[in-house]
Amino acid sequence: MKGDRIIAVENLSKQYRLGMVGSGTLREDIAGAWYRLRGKEDPYLKLGEVNDRSTKGSSDYVWAIKDVNFDVKQGEVLGIIGKNGAGKSTLLKLLSRVTAPTTGTIKANGRIASLLEVGTGFHPELTGKENVYLNGAIMGMRKSEITRKMDEIVDFAGVERYIDTPVKRYSSGMYVRLAFAVAAHLEPEILIVDEVLAVGDAEFQKKAIGKMEDVSSGQGRTVLFVSHNMKAVSSMCTRTLLMQNGTVAFNGNTNEAIDRYLGNEANGDDVLFNGENPVENNSSIVLNYAKILAPENGVFKTTDQIPIEVSLSFTESINAFHLNMHVWTTSEVRLFEASTDAVEIIKGDRKTFKFFIPKRLLNANQYTCNFNFVINRSKVIYSAGKLLKFSVIEAVEENNLLWYGKTYGLLSVKIRSEVD
Amino acid sequence: MTSEQENWSLVIEPREKWWNLHLRELWNYRDLILIFVRRDIVAVYKQTILGPLWFFLAPIFTVVAYNFVFGSIAGMSTDGIPGPIFYLSGTTLWNYFSTCFTTTSNTFTSNAAIFGKVYFPRLIAPISTVLSTLFKFGVQLLMFFSLLGYYMLFEDTSIHLTYWVFAFPLLIIMMGGLALGVGIILSAMTTKYRDLQNFIGFGVTLLMYVSPVIYPVSAVPEGYKWFIKYNPISPIIEAFRLGFTGVGTVNAIDLVYSGVLIAAILLVGVIMFHKVERTFMDTV
Repeated sequence: MKGDRIIAVENLSKQYRLGMVGSGTLREDIAGAWYRLRGKEDPYLKLGEVNDRSTKGSSDYVWAIKDVNFDVKQGEVLGIIGKNGAGKSTLLKLLSRVTAPTTGTIKANGRIASLLEVGTGFHPELTGKENVYLNGAIMGMRKSEITRKMDEIVDFAGVERYIDTPVKRYSSGMYVRLAFAVAAHLEPEILIVDEVLAVGDAEFQKKAIGKMEDVSSGQGRTVLFVSHNMKAVSSMCTRTLLMQNGTVAFNGNTNEAIDRYLGNEANGDDVLFNGENPVENNSSIVLNYAKILAPENGVFKTTDQIPIEVSLSFTESINAFHLNMHVWTTSEVRLFEASTDAVEIIKGDRKTFKFFIPKRLLNANQYTCNFNFVINRSKVIYSAGKLLKFSVIEAVEENNLLWYGKTYGLLSVKIRSEVD
Repeated sequence: MTSEQENWSLVIEPREKWWNLHLRELWNYRDLILIFVRRDIVAVYKQTILGPLWFFLAPIFTVVAYNFVFGSIAGMSTDGIPGPIFYLSGTTLWNYFSTCFTTTSNTFTSNAAIFGKVYFPRLIAPISTVLSTLFKFGVQLLMFFSLLGYYMLFEDTSIHLTYWVFAFPLLIIMMGGLALGVGIILSAMTTKYRDLQNFIGFGVTLLMYVSPVIYPVSAVPEGYKWFIKYNPISPIIEAFRLGFTGVGTVNAIDLVYSGVLIAAILLVGVIMFHKVERTFMDTV
């Protein structure tokens, strides 16, 4: 029945051993067995640490995932997002039974098929058709079932002409399409999809997404969708898990999960001016602060306006002063410059200069700002390099174009278009 | 939500009971075994034109060498049958065993890529290896039969078939079963203790010397005979020779002993294999 629990994950944990696996394990095993034999605790089973790659742990054992609990209901498309190393893949490996958990249980109703990496078991020497049989059987299909669906699979993949050619002659796109086609026709009760959208062209993406939606809404089957592509997650998932350091950091509304994820990811990245005054050799002008007025969660989307504020104090009078800003990409491309109006400065003034980078101008990227202090409309008296840094991420928008890839180009300008 | 419906079709837990051999699941995946077997055979064919030719060349050179070294130089007994027939009968069966054994003992390492991505009963891999090696065995067997036919028709020898030929299918099953059993035991051990892999190479060679491949059981000195007799391979090879050449030292009890031992090895192997297959991806 739709709405019933189809997967129940309880206190699931998985411990991994770091470092040189295989060296000294026999010795440790014997030592461990010896300890147990004498009724003592095995010293090698000491508690591992939470998985955080950036800090070096003292233990050789880490918990790739720890105490994960969640349910999935039939017909749901559950998104799973998180940074690399957050435990997404480990979770999927446990769900697809590639490896067994250290503690906890997974209960499920029905066949779980995974697309951990498409084309599993494809043999380069075999033809497309032979590989469909091979791949299908690996995924748990019966031969008769595959034969029945062969035409549909070949049609879906769009590789009719090459179906009797060894797959080593296939382009990578054809390869993925064929592999996905097999998986899409598996009809498992639970389908695990991991980053299939990373490859394949727009037309295929459309098909794949359509098929996933069919599978979940039309046929009432359940999909676990893992992706770094927030657009795809946002448009397809009814609920999303945010994984962080091996635990479930958030479980609920997809857009909220995405916002949290993007907020976390960008944190520490958008360094605001830290207060140390770089303008030390210029006694006449003091930089009070320079900052980017970031929105609440600290990230700009391509649909946000980016306000920048610089506050200066003056110890001398200047006839005409203006602030000039240059915006650079991380690949050292100067995108544009902008200047404020020139103003007259009287000794002791404190002025705030503001720039507003319009929405729908910068594409998703990281940027740095340089500032020049200019007097008499022409003379640069001081240059402050890379004073500010900010990032822009792609906005998740409702759009009817089914393109889940990156928007290309340096800019993300809205171009008016007409069709006659 | 109907809260307490607790009839799950799949429950994944950290540990399983050792007696759970997943045989039903294996049966559900029987089509995969056939497809794997087909893949192995087709892939060998497609990769090289000479591919299947090696199936012939290797045993020919081996038999010529054995005939020269053990027959002509060492003057070892061949139970009164012509050297080529004697050595070919031994090596054909032995090659089947050693190929199956060395390949299955590598199951986890050589299938790591595919095992790491998708679940299917892991036992499928070694089982299909043992079955697809039958193809190579069949080709070599054909060669043996041709040579046998030649000797029976054109040479004046004492070679004759006996009723033991009917045991032949059973012998193949036993040989395959033994290779599978020993192979998966070692595959389970080598995933954790890699150094065992070094042992497999010369272990197979050593095993050949304590099996009646290049000598008949009848030629073994009385004091060492027990050693050869306890080797489950001996009755299989001797029964094969008795069936097709009319000479061999074997009786039904030897064969039953061998069969029981093989079944026990297989059982231990499957249990060990299941224990390892659940977490081997973490250590491989």
